[in-house]
Amino acid sequence: MSFAKLWSIIHEPLFWAAIASLKIALSALLIGLVLGLAIALARMNPNRHLSRAAVAYIEFLRGIPALILLFLIYFGLAAVGIRFSSLQAAIIGLGLNASAYLAEVYRAGLEAVPKGQTEAARAIGMRRGQVLRWIVLPQALAISLPPIGNVAISLIKDTSVASLIAAPDLMLRANDLSSQTFKPLEIYLVVGAIYFVICFPLSLVVRALEKRGERKT
Amino acid sequence: MSEPLVRIRGLKKAYGIHLVLQGIDLDVHSGEKLCLIGPSGSGKTTLLRCVNWLEEPTGGEILIDGAPIGTVAKGGRSHRMSDVELARMRAGIGMVFQRFNLFPHLTVLENVMLGPVRVLGAGRAEAEATARGLLAKVGLSEKVAAYPDRLSGGQQQRVAIARALAMKPKLMLFDEPTSALDPELVGEVLAVMRQLANEGMTMIIVTHEMRFAETVADKVVFMADGLIVEEGPPARIFRDPQVERTRAFLSAVEHRV
Ligand SMILES: Nc1ncnc2c1ncn2[C@@H]1O[C@H](COP(=O)(O)OP(=O)(O)OP(=O)(O)O)[C@@H](O)[C@H]1O
Ligand SMILES: [Mg+2]
Repeated sequence: MSFAKLWSIIHEPLFWAAIASLKIALSALLIGLVLGLAIALARMNPNRHLSRAAVAYIEFLRGIPALILLFLIYFGLAAVGIRFSSLQAAIIGLGLNASAYLAEVYRAGLEAVPKGQTEAARAIGMRRGQVLRWIVLPQALAISLPPIGNVAISLIKDTSVASLIAAPDLMLRANDLSSQTFKPLEIYLVVGAIYFVICFPLSLVVRALEKRGERKT
Repeated sequence: MSEPLVRIRGLKKAYGIHLVLQGIDLDVHSGEKLCLIGPSGSGKTTLLRCVNWLEEPTGGEILIDGAPIGTVAKGGRSHRMSDVELARMRAGIGMVFQRFNLFPHLTVLENVMLGPVRVLGAGRAEAEATARGLLAKVGLSEKVAAYPDRLSGGQQQRVAIARALAMKPKLMLFDEPTSALDPELVGEVLAVMRQLANEGMTMIIVTHEMRFAETVADKVVFMADGLIVEEGPPARIFRDPQVERTRAFLSAVEHRV
């Protein structure tokens, strides 16, 4: 079978599978962004129990491979009667995993906002929540944007582990196609190229954001 | 004399075992301009920051318009004020920092509007009109749309003053507002402060600008080692200080100029 022939068979399913992978990555990223912020705020809370719980959460999730987490959610929770589809389990697992990294990203961003900003905001009579909402968070997010981009890039590549619980992603489709066509090398090269085509522009965006950040400081 | 706007009694502040304020008593009456002078490390900044509770005192009491700031008496006991109550009290006290502390993600106009809109609940149109008026007053009408990093230090400090004034404070605190500025920019900030003083604003000003203190202050307070060493009208403090420590400080400052 020529490559042109192979391509005509695989390009459409791979395209849709890539879209599916992106959807998984984006959903997981959204979970990670929201949950990560909550965890970062808990981590920085003066309440010691809260901040310790947040540290434990972060260290636990960073300490185990994403794949094991997916297995725990998909098979482990099923064993106690909580059933998720493989797609749901992949999104939740990758989202939790990202939330741990994003919590640390947010924390670095929040800590990088100078104390004088909080003081100036307090001095005009803002309450704690308002200081966070209008002064600290906007600046922290701007600082956090490049590392958030990096987490997003890892996340897109990490969606490949979703195939191991049979979630319908790019990798799973590649596995199927290679067993149908007996052309694993060509197919995985194409799949690698697809990941690269998605991630490389993102990585350029991250670089540009980093440069802009450097110029500002 | 009437009830003072600010009444400080037995104010103490310690960092660990280091007693930075060792018992300060001070009254500031409405409309009064008080200049705080003293050597580096004498506790001037700490005193100022205790007045709006950016720093929590270790002991003593501060009354603003008769009401204690930072604590409330409930059932015969004194409790720490809630975040909301403290914020409400701070809203009436303007503060200008040595390093300006403008909000870098907001334009000049937004910096000045933020407090009125978010804290006082003013409508945007009304807040914008007030902000534009204040920026005109400090001579920055052309800079309303600029971001703070495009401004000189003197311009930034004038925006910071406008931002504080937008809250219609009854008291303004200044912590060495010109000491982070290039010498040629000091005058424009002092001019704005002088105008404010002429309008009758109550001001507590920590400063090393002795000439400014001499011409603007109603009362000058000389601090050293966390205590008030001497206080009085500027003419007396600057020309006829009674305490040796004050004389030594003033002559050291004179020689530097
Ligand atoms: N957050 C802090 N932790 C520990 N020590 C502090 C802190 N802030 C101030 N101090 C100490 O308190 C003392 C008084 O400081 P303060 O800043 O009030 O002095 P100052 O009179 O404003 O001096 P300067 O003229 O240099 O601004 C100094 O010895 C300083 O080192
Ligand atoms: Mg100081």
